[in-house]
Parts: sequence; structure tokens; C-alpha cells
Amino acid sequence: MVLTKRIIPCLDLKDGRVVKGTNFLNLRDAGDPVELAQRYNEQGADEVVFLDITASKEQRGTIIDVVQRAADQLFLPLTVGGGIRALDDMQQILRAGADKVSINTSAVQDPTLISRGAERFGTQCIVVAMDVRRNFELSPERNIVGLPDGRECWYEVVIYGGSKPTGIDAIAWAEEAESRGAGEILLTSMETDGTKNGFDIPITSAISGRVGIPVIASGGVGTLDHFYDGFTAGRADACLAASVFHYGEFTVHQVKEHLATRGIPVRL
Amino acid sequence: MKKIAIIDYGVGNLRSVYRGLERAGADATITADPEVIASADGIVLPGVGAFREGMEMLGDLKATVLASSREVPLLGICLGMQMLMDSSEEHGNHRGLALVPGEVKRFPAVPGMKVPHMGWNTIRIEAADPLFDGFPPESYVYFVHSFYASTTPEHTLTSTEYICPFASSIRNATTYGVQFHPEKSGAVGLRLLENFIDLIC
Repeated sequence: MVLTKRIIPCLDLKDGRVVKGTNFLNLRDAGDPVELAQRYNEQGADEVVFLDITASKEQRGTIIDVVQRAADQLFLPLTVGGGIRALDDMQQILRAGADKVSINTSAVQDPTLISRGAERFGTQCIVVAMDVRRNFELSPERNIVGLPDGRECWYEVVIYGGSKPTGIDAIAWAEEAESRGAGEILLTSMETDGTKNGFDIPITSAISGRVGIPVIASGGVGTLDHFYDGFTAGRADACLAASVFHYGEFTVHQVKEHLATRGIPVRL
Repeated sequence: MKKIAIIDYGVGNLRSVYRGLERAGADATITADPEVIASADGIVLPGVGAFREGMEMLGDLKATVLASSREVPLLGICLGMQMLMDSSEEHGNHRGLALVPGEVKRFPAVPGMKVPHMGWNTIRIEAADPLFDGFPPESYVYFVHSFYASTTPEHTLTSTEYICPFASSIRNATTYGVQFHPEKSGAVGLRLLENFIDLIC
């Protein structure tokens, strides 16, 4: 009897539709997020993340509608991110049926959003998403991370979808997020995102070892063993993936079966 | 149709509980009206967040919940279950509804063990009970919590292990509590809600 490791499919939404195409939904446009989430639910997904990449005020109603429809059908934990800048945004999304909200750029710009959100809605509701990138300009105040090839770097938090460096040390930021009441950290490395070469193990392991809250690894998964590496060498509590599921490379069930044969506790 | 009052005291995601009960065949209402609560056939006390804030926000509804719990079945979920206990050590020491004996404690700090206990873990049935009718000896359910209820074996329906063994479902007379979220636990959770509705005569 142990807490199982979670597999979390992530759906990127634009104007209320899934942006990336899928193999297993033969739809003319990208697909209905609730239908797709239902499919992942049947495959054994442990949670579902909806990321609103439109994230404009005008589109707020669209994401609310998606969350409501998903919550009415799924009976599965739902996390929603994208464009959440204020407690009111959180309230609306949680009332619509989400269990957690994920904040990224807005938390960097105003860290009190984490503490205010945690106080009002509970720490378990607040996921701090962070995008990070390697920086090789070393200095003593940075948390230095060793890479497998022997080089050393520190990881810098980047915002606006990875386009803007902040000068903030990722490990220090993860610790601050925890101390401000974040319930979970969703870590995406810009080094590995989209590469299909596997998660960024050094930073995932470093952050997971430094904080006492769960860490979700994200970015770069391409093979079944990459999930295994994320949980073992990366010490992640959950692994998130998008394209490998959307394009039908493998199902959530296949991932979990593979993990189970390699001794990782999963819910099958 | 059996009328279930879901107590709305301003916290959390009530929509999934509502839809889950509706799916399980109940006439559910989200309400803070003492009269509606008093006339219901069963009561659900949901909740996420902190203990003291939860008790404060429950406020005047405390008396209504206590009175109704003597008449009809009550199901506390997550923080709603913890509030059924005598007391909690979350941010000080605070009194609960004292419907089930015992106290709410923080998970001890153990290196490498994350708190909150977040994700899918198993419940082991410790005592046969209609609430778990049709359940195998162990099932996966979804948990999110940093505190746990410590009660006696006679009030423990299921146990779960994370850092330490704890009571994941409790009962005293017709008052029930579950630490996990049945409304987020897929088909297993819906079955539990159906069983709760069936408990109501």
C-alpha cells in the first residue's frame, strides 16, 4: 500500500479547442477538450491539466465552460492554468469545478499571489508552474547543478512562455514558492521541452530533493523509459506529457503498464 | 428521490460533489439554508482548505449540522471529515464538531516524504460496512491532505498508509467521514456516493 506515481496528460487549449492534433480522434479540427480528457480518463490518467494558451480576458468564459463540462463528466482531479492573474480568476475556475489552479508568469511578477491564493483556497489548490533554462555564467550565490557530461550550470526561471529570462535562480524560486504556500510544483525545462530526449533530470532531481511538496516533471518525454527515468533519477512525484499522448504514440495505460513492470507503483 | 443537502459554507469545489450525487441518483442541493438542511434526507459536508477557517465559515450552521446528524446520515469529505472530529492541531488547537471521537494531526516530517499526501492511494477495508458495499478489500482513491484523523479502531472503516497508517474512512452511528475525495475518484468514488444514498431509508 503506497502512494502511486501519477501520469498527467496536458491539453493545450486555444479558443476552447485542443491545439495539437491527435491520431485517435478523427476530427476535422483539433478536437474537443472534454472528449479528449474523457479518452485519457478511460486510459487511466490520474489527473488532467488544461492549459489555456489564449489566456485573454475575452476568452475567460470559454475555459470556464470547458472546465464545467469536464467536471460534470470526469470525476477526476482537474488542474487549470493560463492567464490566471488574480484571486478572482482562481475563484471562478475553482467554482467551475477545477481542483487546482496553476500560476506561472503572474506568480513571478507578484509572488504574493501564491500566498494569497493558498490562504483563501488552501495550499492544495495552488500549483506553481515554472519554466527553467540552463545558465552557464556561474557565480557563488547561485545553486550550481552538475550535468551528466561534467559541466556545471545554474537554472534560471524564464517567463512569458520561455521568452524572457528573469535572473531568478530556479531552486531558490521553488523554495520560495513552497514557503509561500504552493501545494505542488510543475517544472518544465526549456532545454528538453519538445526534444523527445527525456526530462531534464538534473534540475528535476535537484528541486525535488530541496522541497517538501510534490514535483511534476514536464518537457521532453519521448519514450516509455523517459517516464521511468523521471520517477527514479529525477525523483518526480508525477510526470506530465502532451504530444506523446495526443499523437497516439502511446496510451496512458501503456505508460503505466511499462512502469509497473519496472517496479514503479502506479494505479492500473 | 432522496434529498441530499450539500452544505455550502464558502469553500471549495462543490460542483463535482453535486454532479456525483446527481449521477448516483440523488436530488442534491447546494445550500446554506438551515431549513433546507433540516428537511434533507441526508447531508454532505464537503471541504478543502484549513481547519480553523472551515469551522469559522461553517459558523451558525454548526448547530444545524449537529441537530441533523442525530436524525439523518451525514457524510463528511476531506476537511469535512476532519471537522467531524473532536479537535485539530492545524495552526494551533481548534475544536471540531465532536461527532466522531479523536483528533486531527499533522503528518510527521520524514525526509523524502512529500506533504501534502497528494494522489491515488489504496484504502483497506477494516470493518464491513454498507458504505463500502461491493468494494474489493483494497481500492484506489484520490487524496489531497496534509493532516489526518486519529481515531479508535472501532470508528475506523478503512485504513491507508502514508508516512504512518491513518483512518481514511470513519464512522460513528450514522455519521460517516472519508478523507479522500469520492467525487474525484472515478467509478470507485461514484459507487461510494451511491452506497451513501442507499444508506438513507
